[in-house]
Amino acid sequence: MVKIVAKKELNPTVTLLTVDAPRIARKAQAGQFIIFRLDEQGERIPLTIADYDREQGTVSIIFQKVGLSTQLLGALEIGDTILDFVGPLGVPTELPQGARRICVIGGGVGCAIAFPQAMALHAKGVQVDVIAGFRSKDIVILEEEFNAVSDRFFLMTDDGSYGEKGLVTNKLQELMDGGSRYDAVIAIGPIPMMKFVCKTTEPYQVPTIVSLNPLMIDGTGMCGCCRVTVGGKVRFACVDGPDFDGHQVDFDELMSRNAVYREQEAEQKERHTCRLEQLGKALIQ
Amino acid sequence: MPNMSPTKVPVEEQAPLVRNKNFLEVSLSYMPEQAVEEARRCLNCKNKPCVAGCPVNIHIPEFISRVAAGDFKGAYEVISETNALPCVSGRVCPQENQCEERCVRGVKGEAVAIGRLERFVADWYLKNVSAMPVKPQSNGIKVAVVGSGPAGLTCASDLAKKGYQVTVFEAFHTAGGVLVYGIPEFRLPKAIVQSEVDKLKALGVELELDVVVGRTITIDELIEEGYKAVFVGSGAGLPMFMGIEGESLAGVYSANEYLTRVNLMKAYLDDHDTPLRQSKAVAVVGGGNVAMDAARCAKRMGAEKVYLLYRRGEEEMPARREEVNHAKEEEIDFRLLANPVRLLGNEKGQVCQIECVRMRLQAPDESGRRSPKEVPGSNFFLPVDTVIMALGTSPNPLIRATTPGLETNRKGCLVVNEETMATTREGIYAGGDAVTGAATVILAMGAGKKAAQAMDEYLSAN
Repeated sequence: MVKIVAKKELNPTVTLLTVDAPRIARKAQAGQFIIFRLDEQGERIPLTIADYDREQGTVSIIFQKVGLSTQLLGALEIGDTILDFVGPLGVPTELPQGARRICVIGGGVGCAIAFPQAMALHAKGVQVDVIAGFRSKDIVILEEEFNAVSDRFFLMTDDGSYGEKGLVTNKLQELMDGGSRYDAVIAIGPIPMMKFVCKTTEPYQVPTIVSLNPLMIDGTGMCGCCRVTVGGKVRFACVDGPDFDGHQVDFDELMSRNAVYREQEAEQKERHTCRLEQLGKALIQ
Repeated sequence: MPNMSPTKVPVEEQAPLVRNKNFLEVSLSYMPEQAVEEARRCLNCKNKPCVAGCPVNIHIPEFISRVAAGDFKGAYEVISETNALPCVSGRVCPQENQCEERCVRGVKGEAVAIGRLERFVADWYLKNVSAMPVKPQSNGIKVAVVGSGPAGLTCASDLAKKGYQVTVFEAFHTAGGVLVYGIPEFRLPKAIVQSEVDKLKALGVELELDVVVGRTITIDELIEEGYKAVFVGSGAGLPMFMGIEGESLAGVYSANEYLTRVNLMKAYLDDHDTPLRQSKAVAVVGGGNVAMDAARCAKRMGAEKVYLLYRRGEEEMPARREEVNHAKEEEIDFRLLANPVRLLGNEKGQVCQIECVRMRLQAPDESGRRSPKEVPGSNFFLPVDTVIMALGTSPNPLIRATTPGLETNRKGCLVVNEETMATTREGIYAGGDAVTGAATVILAMGAGKKAAQAMDEYLSAN
């Protein structure tokens, strides 16, 4: 069981929570994830570690309130506890040897995971360009933070309500066409975004690392729920990943595997409203 | 005068077409008078062949004679001297290949129902005697057990009884390993596993859940933290797949995943959040106990049609006969001598058909095994919306990859001295599926027991 020690609403649907988890904080590295379970009825949900503080013994996660479990998680406050919190799982991000120029690309809530990558690279003296993409102005997160850890920062919105209008791939294409040469690209965001970033970098043969988010249960290689096809081979994202060579990933398969419970999610939402109400009532009492 | 009936006292079971819609236990326990009657069938042989067939050497004739005398508490005490989990082994042990196979009564008629009697005694004790074991005097020596499955629980229990300060590390949020994620509620109620875990806690064993050894902490770090010996009972959790086309379509599960969703995450209870495919037609591939469990769970989850595909014949199935019979009674459709060659998906990337080929068994080879061979041109299709691969598992590489000096064999199983269960690293012992590859609960318990003995000797000498 872990206790929430800090909470910050980054935008109306994205929340940052910091929890007291000394064992995980001691071991965590960029690219690794945790699995949480809220209560006895809860699902096991993986979330990438957004930040950690080895001295304070804390770990931070940033998540979008999309499904039942993340909605309930987002309803928790400082001092509340999360029943299960296990990690760090997966293997840390591995960059190509001697990479000096890296482009970090984040899409939506994926920026939460792209940010610590950019920060770690920047601290190592690597030249970092960041492209962050959002649907619109109201969901922009981590703008200042990205600015502070990048050599060049490009903020894109789909509707042009903030930054530049366009997709992250438009900017990436423009930069590479304009002569920017990267030793590696790191792309973290929705599956279609990662897929098209990989399509953009492929002709330039720039190694492109993606962080995958398949469904998972145990996170230790036991169930195979998170299997993805990479270079024609079946890999388990929980133990072999979650980072993979994006040029080898079968994104379409990942998308259909992630959609397998979509019909049930509607039902879940109904129940979730009930449980949120119950939680609310409990809070009032 | 013993009861000379050639057959076991029958045990009540839920009717097949009732039980295949619920998760309540299939077989019920004996009533006390039935247990006494069955116990009276034991001849109390002097050479006790049954005991030699038991991986944890339960003093079988002794406990049975106490049952015959109506001393159920005494019977429990005899069993628990050597068996840390009687409620479990009484239910899931393949007695027909172990103690009961060697029973003299089996020569003419049926063996004594040792398994049913063990279960009766354990259940009776659980219901009628609330006393928890008393925590022994601590010797202050810290020992770590990795994994809380049958091997780990047994090892922890034996060491705790000797006074060691035992901490069990479990990756999942619930203790029990395969007993909670794998074996379904209708064969092994989870409340019973919990009661065994509670007994362990009463002995002073500490449980640390949500700790993945190899990630959260390594074995070497445990040793640095002052654990003087470590037992690795991390199981064989890695599921195998066939490597055929379409195996990563949505709706294709490993049995581990399917069973974990149903059992551990309680997908069969409405108030739990973990989703499961609402399947109409399911194909389970495999012929072991896990395949039977998966098929029977799928039926209980509401599938109208559940096929069981196995590439050999019924004779060759590794599953227990009782499980095979139970599955058939519950209207699982056995398609034997059939092997999947391809899974086909619909436009959403979800599995919708399984293509199989018929097999025939060849003449026995030198080892006496009849290997199956495809019958060319015999392909056929079954419409399914869910496929569950129950093809076996291999040990998880996490611990061997993060513990220098731990040797493994070609299959990734930890190499141990079979007498002591000592690994190739001093002070580190191992047992259960992590050593043998997927095997039985009772063999894992036997290994945990043997290791505890050797660890005690090692720690006493150092």
